[in-house]
Amino acid sequence: MNDALEALQIAALLMVSIGAWAVVAARDPTRQAVVASLYGLTLGILFFSFQAPDVALSNIVISAVAMPTIILLAIAKTRR
Amino acid sequence: MSEQGPQPRRRPGEISFATRRRIFLIGGAGLAALLVWGLTGLPDFGTVSPLYGQLIDKLGVPQRSATDAVTAVNFDYRGFDTLGEEFILFAAVLGLALLLRETRDETEGAIDDDAPERRPPPTSAALRLLTVVLVPFTVLLSIYITAHGHLTPGGGFQGGVIGATALLMVYIGGEYMALRRVRPLTLVEVAKASGAGAFVLIGIGGIIFAAAFLDNFLPVRTPGSLVSAGTIPLLSFAVGFEVAGGFVLLISEFLDQLLIVRQGRTRRR
Repeated sequence: MNDALEALQIAALLMVSIGAWAVVAARDPTRQAVVASLYGLTLGILFFSFQAPDVALSNIVISAVAMPTIILLAIAKTRR
Repeated sequence: MSEQGPQPRRRPGEISFATRRRIFLIGGAGLAALLVWGLTGLPDFGTVSPLYGQLIDKLGVPQRSATDAVTAVNFDYRGFDTLGEEFILFAAVLGLALLLRETRDETEGAIDDDAPERRPPPTSAALRLLTVVLVPFTVLLSIYITAHGHLTPGGGFQGGVIGATALLMVYIGGEYMALRRVRPLTLVEVAKASGAGAFVLIGIGGIIFAAAFLDNFLPVRTPGSLVSAGTIPLLSFAVGFEVAGGFVLLISEFLDQLLIVRQGRTRRR
């Protein structure tokens, strides 16, 4: 049980580091917003695996849905 | 950084790129060293239980019958902090609404459309069906998370934001102009304001019926039941209304900013 939890934590940490790199590596802001959304999801898994489900819930909604939406809308507005 | 192309001519007194990079490397190395130094001094994860955490674990259920310690801290033991956070969001959304309203009046009708005969592509049937199925469940989940804040992970903030994403889904799956007609913006504003106001009123109720501001003044009942934990569920719903209203307003202002000018243009010709 403990080993399984540890494996999940290590996997979540790896996903977050890959996700963070992917956000920086995506140069186009539109793509970056979508990648940042996926990164927010991995952060949610990280928080959940470290026993913080309250934080995970708010983080998933904010950084996977609300923040990318506002970034995308701002990009669409400035490109016109 | 050789792929950056020719460097722009430097103004006198401006720091060169190489110098800037050197300064960054020195600063970055210093920061990394400090971080590593600080991290090595930390106790191992999960080995230390701070006194405050022990207290909340011991008191949360017998005092307030709140089985989710985090919500008990947010809405009761540190309820005043949540009041501050709630009003940060309130002020932020208010500021944004003011800012974007001003710009909307200024730019409306000022932009020329290069391709007025081009319409946005219609939403696919699959997307429409998916949103029709998902929207009611999202609203239900939002109410569930808000109502069970004192029992399971979640609470007003999480529930409120989840509720606001339902509006986003309606926008993605349908026509924004149709949404604008059905969207009760006045009701949203009222929900947001009354949510913020209710939090303060419940807090004042604590002064009148109990010892202090935001002190619990309702019976706590059986731990684990839906109607328990005194004022915590009420405060959770107050925050839920405020947050959902705030985010709906936020997204609506951004969408208006993007789509209303376009609409104004097609109407004029």
